[in-house]
Amino acid sequence: MSNGKSHLSHSPMRLAKERLVEAILFLAAFASVAITVAIVGILLYESLGFFRHVSIVEFLTDTQWTPLFDDAHYGILPLAAGTLVTTGVALAVAIPLGTIIAIYLSEFAPHKMREIIKPFLELLGAVPTVVYGYFALIFVTPLLQKIMPDLSGFNMLSAGLVMGIMIIPYVSSVSEDAMRAVPMHMREGSYAMGATRFQTSVRVVTPAAFSGIAAAYILGISRAVGETMVVAIAAGMQPNLTWDPTQPAATITAYIVQVSLGDLPHGSIGYQTIFAAGLTLMLITLIFNIGGYLLTKRFREVY
Amino acid sequence: MTAEDLKEIRALISRHKLWDYLFATLGLLAMLAGILVLLALFINLFMEGAPRLTTDFFTSFTSRRPERAGILAAWAGTTLVMFVTASVAVPLGVAAAVYLEEYASKNAITALIEINVTNLAGVPSIVYGLLGLSLFVYKMDLGQSILTAGLTLALLILPVVIVATREAIRAIPGSIREAAYALGATKWQMVSDHVLPYSSAGILTGVIIGLSRAIGETAPLIVVGALTFIAFLPQSPISPEFPYVSFAWLKEPFTVMPIQMFNWTSRPEEAFQVNAAAAGVVLLIMTLTMNAVAIYLRYRIRKNIKW
Amino acid sequence: MRKLMIGVLLAATVIASPIGVQQVNAAGAVVKIDGSSTVYPITEAVAEEFQAATRGKVRVTIGVSGTGGGFKKFCRGETDISEASRPIMKKEMEACKKAGIQYVELPVAYDALTVVVNPQNNWIKSLTVDELKKMWEPAAQGKVTTWKQVNPAWPDVPLKLFGAGADSGTFDYFTEAVVGKAKSSRGDYTASEDDNVLVQGVSMDKSALGFFGYAYYAENAKKLKAVPIAAKAGATPVAPSIDTVKSGAYQPLARPIFIYVSAKSLEKPEVREFAEFYLKNAATLSEEVKYVPLPDKAYVMALDNLKAKKTGTGFGGIPEVGVSVEDLLKREGKH
Repeated sequence: MSNGKSHLSHSPMRLAKERLVEAILFLAAFASVAITVAIVGILLYESLGFFRHVSIVEFLTDTQWTPLFDDAHYGILPLAAGTLVTTGVALAVAIPLGTIIAIYLSEFAPHKMREIIKPFLELLGAVPTVVYGYFALIFVTPLLQKIMPDLSGFNMLSAGLVMGIMIIPYVSSVSEDAMRAVPMHMREGSYAMGATRFQTSVRVVTPAAFSGIAAAYILGISRAVGETMVVAIAAGMQPNLTWDPTQPAATITAYIVQVSLGDLPHGSIGYQTIFAAGLTLMLITLIFNIGGYLLTKRFREVY
Repeated sequence: MTAEDLKEIRALISRHKLWDYLFATLGLLAMLAGILVLLALFINLFMEGAPRLTTDFFTSFTSRRPERAGILAAWAGTTLVMFVTASVAVPLGVAAAVYLEEYASKNAITALIEINVTNLAGVPSIVYGLLGLSLFVYKMDLGQSILTAGLTLALLILPVVIVATREAIRAIPGSIREAAYALGATKWQMVSDHVLPYSSAGILTGVIIGLSRAIGETAPLIVVGALTFIAFLPQSPISPEFPYVSFAWLKEPFTVMPIQMFNWTSRPEEAFQVNAAAAGVVLLIMTLTMNAVAIYLRYRIRKNIKW
Repeated sequence: MRKLMIGVLLAATVIASPIGVQQVNAAGAVVKIDGSSTVYPITEAVAEEFQAATRGKVRVTIGVSGTGGGFKKFCRGETDISEASRPIMKKEMEACKKAGIQYVELPVAYDALTVVVNPQNNWIKSLTVDELKKMWEPAAQGKVTTWKQVNPAWPDVPLKLFGAGADSGTFDYFTEAVVGKAKSSRGDYTASEDDNVLVQGVSMDKSALGFFGYAYYAENAKKLKAVPIAAKAGATPVAPSIDTVKSGAYQPLARPIFIYVSAKSLEKPEVREFAEFYLKNAATLSEEVKYVPLPDKAYVMALDNLKAKKTGTGFGGIPEVGVSVEDLLKREGKH
């Protein structure tokens, strides 16, 4: 080396390039914030018009949602209940099945099987949601009606079940990726102690992959809460405050679609209700996400 | 060790083995349940739509007569829109995730962004449509075009890509990063030569899931201005004169497969239901093809990773 | 990897080239239409025939954003023609006025709202509007749950109702005609945007009653039974059919559906040609897609209004039931 500073490590070009790259990447990350700001901005702006007519108290406590009827009620509870019940049913299907499938594919299945089955499961997420909606209405509901004769033609149970199946790839694929990334030496240590595959997967791999699995769950929950067409078609469009999944009900998302593509004049208060409903939905998702984040922070393993 | 202890140990082992076996069966059944549903859907669609899957179905435009109505404009539109979506969502999502994982310091702001991203995954697709309408169509004056549709869908699937990429990057052991630094690499060199290649399998998973969702979306595209009747195609990206590549198609009106399906299912004529089923089959095959490329890439990459 | 990328690019080129072959003229004449999904089937038929007649020189695009979404785009000057299953409302009129958009209101066909029951329903021969009102008014919610409660002559069987969603023009019109006030209805019925779903619901349930457009009944006549409607108690009940609607006998559930043409767009020859073509062919084409054509005189009057560019709406933004199309076309256009 001739002089003190080698031209390789501290050349200004190199540093400038690094800074530039970092700036570009930062902008990309910032885009996600910008999107949220834009969405919340739109929702808030239009909701303000709505809340000038309707008090927040009424919005949160009225048990009827009939903004498009002559005798208008603006209580969000029926829609919120619809969203929560369908999401609950969907998650009751997707989380157990998705996790079991992920564990099986990652720890038990032979390599070839995994590489063939995984794409097929991901195809479950590729079916257009309208197809799923009609599947729930025309296939699943009659099937369920054989078991439960007084199940009504539109109900939250079929919609939730089909939604759950649709979300399985979200849970299983991302979880499986996370599990596969756990280093082999951890498994080998467990096997060396005489553990079975089941014990290893449950006691070693799953906790180690916990952050990825939790991310998969949160993704699944968010997807379930935001799903539109399946519930719009199969659960009926009538807002109904009930926690009974065998009843028809409308979710916040189904309502938003119904009105924005319907015949209402844009700018009328009936139209503005969709923004207030959308804002509520974002709050519900936010609560789920913050909760999920705090949980993951506590239990994440670092290795 | 007494004979008693030995017996106990053997009993314990066989109990554990039983659980193992039971779980394996359970896993297999769970998988089968998912696959069965998929097959049921596909076979259902196929049986109903098969009579309509002729060449003229692919080469005709839509019509009021079901026997003449085809999906030419629809599948061309879907292909072009998906191309734009992928080209925008993948770089943007991966870049954002790389920044969040490698560059950003772990403080409250990063935590906020992380929560923010997963929150965006829960926004219903139609709200993205409304966003696309006011931002891309009106504010940025991109019109009701393929570009707007692609951008709107890219925003829709961005959270999935970001989350999957983040998890893939997190899974890379620190030792690999440290080894790169030890050799004198800069941060970006470490990321581009080590982190990205190793995480590309996980990135591809996110891309597959995201694009699969985007291809089936109806409502946001209708809001953004996708048409239901259009009897002509956008300009070809390949142009006969120099520079041989044209971007005029980005600004053209369009329609997509799910919208065509949706319109046909709501028509009273029975024959349109057959058309809709046939379109559904084609859409699934298109998705599978799109995924197949990514899946193949992922397979090749995963084979080479051993740690 | 390299080979794969090249392969993908080549495949993309091969796929993209036939797309280019189809292209003839990039910047041609385009007629932009958007609006209601109810009017869409007729407009689609007209557009198809029009494009065939002009040998593709004029292109027509049609979106289905709903009547409300259609008007929003129309009043921003983004579309040339707006399809509507209901007349333009006050808020939309103001938006158009603010943007300086003037329009010609043209009824194009009738959509006969048909009340249907299951074919196994053997107790109902006809319905009066009063009986319908008893079934559908808000006061019936939770209370009127059996057929017997509506008319003591009918059996004590549960009453299952199916109908359009509350955001649709169909709902508005039905409630206005039956209950007397638009949007005034009970909330506990099975609603759906997709009329096919309603068809299925009624055809599978013996005790069901539903309402939707005539086209959906006509296509499924084997699975459903249409109920003749008597406008007043004592009047002869009239069953919906092309003839009874055209003659005006089927009341009050025959509603006109419209297109609104922008006056500025009419300066473009292709839009003017298309609008005239529409009115001249709406009679045959609407019947083909199972809507009911207007009486011939109405089309002539509408064509006159179009040629004279008579702008404004005959309704003034206020919904009305039972207006004859001829009277509507004669009215002064309100802006």
